[in-house]
Amino acid sequence: MQYIIVGIIAVIAAAYLALRFSRARLNPALGAGLGAAAGVGGSLLFMLPLNWCTFDPDLSDDIDTAFGVLLMGVGAAAITLLIAWIADGISGRRVAVVAAVPGAFKGALMPILLLAPTLTVLALFLYYPSLDTFRLSTLLTRLGARRTVFVCVDNFTRLVADDGYLNSFVTTLFISVAIVFFSLSLALLIASMVYLPIKGAAFYRTLLIWPYAISPAVAGVIFLLLFNPTGGIINYALNNLFGFQIPWLNNPVAAPWAVIIASVWKSLGYNILFYLAGLQNVPKDLLEAAAIDGASALARFRRIVIPMLSPITFFLIITNMTYAFFESFGTIDYLTGGGPLESTTTMMYNIYLVGIRGNDLGKAAAESIILFVLVIGFTILQFRTAGQRVTYGA
Amino acid sequence: MANMALQDTRLEDARAVRTGLARWLPKRWYAHLILIVACFIVGFPLFYSIIVSTQTSSDVYAYRFTPGEALGDNWDKVMNLAQLWRYMLNSLLVTVAVTAGKVVLSLLAGLAFVYFRFPGKWLVFGFVLLTLMMPTEILILALFRFINQIGLGNTTGALIIPFIASATGAFLFRQHFANIPAELSEAAQLDGATPIQFLLQVLIPISWNTIGALTVIQFIYAWNMYLWPALIIQGQANQVVQVGLRTLVGADQAISFGPLMLAAVVASLPPLAVFLALQKQFMSGFALSRDK
Repeated sequence: MQYIIVGIIAVIAAAYLALRFSRARLNPALGAGLGAAAGVGGSLLFMLPLNWCTFDPDLSDDIDTAFGVLLMGVGAAAITLLIAWIADGISGRRVAVVAAVPGAFKGALMPILLLAPTLTVLALFLYYPSLDTFRLSTLLTRLGARRTVFVCVDNFTRLVADDGYLNSFVTTLFISVAIVFFSLSLALLIASMVYLPIKGAAFYRTLLIWPYAISPAVAGVIFLLLFNPTGGIINYALNNLFGFQIPWLNNPVAAPWAVIIASVWKSLGYNILFYLAGLQNVPKDLLEAAAIDGASALARFRRIVIPMLSPITFFLIITNMTYAFFESFGTIDYLTGGGPLESTTTMMYNIYLVGIRGNDLGKAAAESIILFVLVIGFTILQFRTAGQRVTYGA
Repeated sequence: MANMALQDTRLEDARAVRTGLARWLPKRWYAHLILIVACFIVGFPLFYSIIVSTQTSSDVYAYRFTPGEALGDNWDKVMNLAQLWRYMLNSLLVTVAVTAGKVVLSLLAGLAFVYFRFPGKWLVFGFVLLTLMMPTEILILALFRFINQIGLGNTTGALIIPFIASATGAFLFRQHFANIPAELSEAAQLDGATPIQFLLQVLIPISWNTIGALTVIQFIYAWNMYLWPALIIQGQANQVVQVGLRTLVGADQAISFGPLMLAAVVASLPPLAVFLALQKQFMSGFALSRDK
C-alpha cells in the first residue's frame, strides 16, 4: 500500500520538475530523474523517522493513515520545490538577487567569518528547535521526563476530536479577522486625513503612532483598567451616557471584543505608518488626470487610491494576522487569561495551556506545527506578492 | 490624495468667499475633526493610566479625572515592595544587549552578502531568509528544552543569546548596501582598506538612518518580549519588567490600580523614549516590519 503511494508521488514530482527544468533551460530528463528522487525522498522524509507507523494496523486507524499520506505529499512537495529553487539559482536567475557589487572584496575566509555568528545563532536557536518540535510532536512526554513514549501521529489526529483545540482555532480566526478588519479600516481613514495638506499633520502623526512602542502586555494592563468589572471607566461612561453596561471580562461573547479593542488600539499606529508610506507612492499625475476627467474625490479614492494601496494592504493583513496569532498573547494573558470559558484562548494561548500548564509537550508541539504550517502558508503568500508588486521603499 | 486635496483647495479658492460658519472653521475642518477624535481615542487610555497612577484605590472607584495625591505611596509600593527597579534594570540589560547584538551581526552579514563573492552565497542567503518564516513563539517549547539542556535556563543569557541574530536586519542592510554606489567600495579597495575598515569608516557613517530604524524595531521588540521570559525565567532575580508587572496584578483579589498603572507607565517609558528620539530615522529607514 505505502509503496504504491510513494510511486504515485514520485511520478507527479518527476513530471513537475521536468517542466520546471525545461522552462529554466536545463535538461528535462535530469529534472524528471531528480523529481522522481525528490518524490521518493520526500515521502521518506517523514515516514522513515516515523518508521511507517501510520500504515501499521496495530498503531493506527484510518485517520492516521490519511494523515500519513498527507505528510508524504507535503514532504515530497517541500523537497521538489527546494530542488526547483536551487535549479533556478544554478541556471542564473537567482544570482542577480545577491550578486556582489563590482568593487567586491576578495577572500573566501572573510565572508565566512562575517556570517558565522549569524548563521550559528540561527542554526542553534531557530533551525534546531524547529526540527526538534517535529520530533517532540510524535512523543508522549513531559518537561524533564526521563521516559517518553512514541505515539506516531496520534498527537495530531487526536486534535480532530479535541473540542478545546477546535474552539481555539475558531477563536483565533475570529479575533484575528476582526483585528485586521477594524485596524486596517481605521488606519486607512486616519492616514488619508493625515496625508491631506493640513496644518499640524506631523503633530497629529506623532500623537497617533506612538502606541507602536507600547508592549502587548502593557496594552493588556491598560485595558484591564478600562474594562475591569468593578471600577472600569468604560462601563461607567456607558452607564452614564446610555444606561447600560457590558460585562467585558466576564462574558464569553464580550471578552473577545475586549481583546480585539485592546489589540486594535495597540496596532493602529503601525498600520497608519505603513498607509502613510503607501499614500506617498500613489502617482500624483494619475489622480490629477482623474480629477480633470471629472472624477469626484470619493471616486478617485475608491478607484485609484485603494487599488494602488492593495500591496500595502496585503502586506499589512499578513503582519496583523501574525500579530493576532502571536503577539496578542501578552494582551490576553493580562486582560482575560484566556477566559471566560476559554472564549479568548487563541491557538497560541492553547499551546501555552497544553504544553506548559498541562505539561503535555507532545500535543503542544503538534499544535505548534499546525500553527507553523498556517504561518508558512501566509508568509509564502506574502513573499510571492511582495516579490512582484510591493515596493518597501528602503 | 495630495493632488486631490490641492484640487479641492483651488476650487475653494475659486469660490473665494466662504460664507457663514465656514468662515470661522479651519480649512478641511472635517479632517481636523476626525484627527482630533482619533488622537483623543488613541491618547485617552494612556492619559487615564497616568492619572490613575497618582491615585488611591478609592479615587479610582470614584472615577476622578484629576491627579490624586498618592503618587509617592504608589511609587513606594512599586519600587520598594514590588522591586520594579530590578525588573527595569534586567529589561534594560537584555534589551541593550539584544539590540546591539542584532545591529552588529546584521551589519557584518550585510557586508558579507553585498561586498563579497563566495560560492553558495544565494544558498546561505536563503538559509537566513527562511528564518523569517519561523516565529520564535512556535518553537518555544523545543527552545525551552534546549536552553535548559545546555544549562542556560533561568539566566539572563537565555534572554539574549538566542535573539542576537536578525534575518530582518541582515536583509535590511543588504538592501541598503546594494543601493550604495559601487564607486565607494572601489575607491576603498584602491586605498587598500580592509573590509572592516570600509565598514567602520565608510558604510556606517552613511547608514545611520537604517541603523536607527533597526534600533527602534529591535529595541521595542526586545523590551516587549513577554512569553519567552515568562517561561524560561523563574523567580525575581533575572525577570524582565513585562512579566514583573504580574506581581502587581496579584491573584484573584481586587487589583490596586494605582501602583499597577504607575508600573505600567514606567515600564513603557524606555521604548517610548527610543521611539520618539529616533522617529525620524525610523520613518525614513524602515523597510521591513517583521520584528525578528
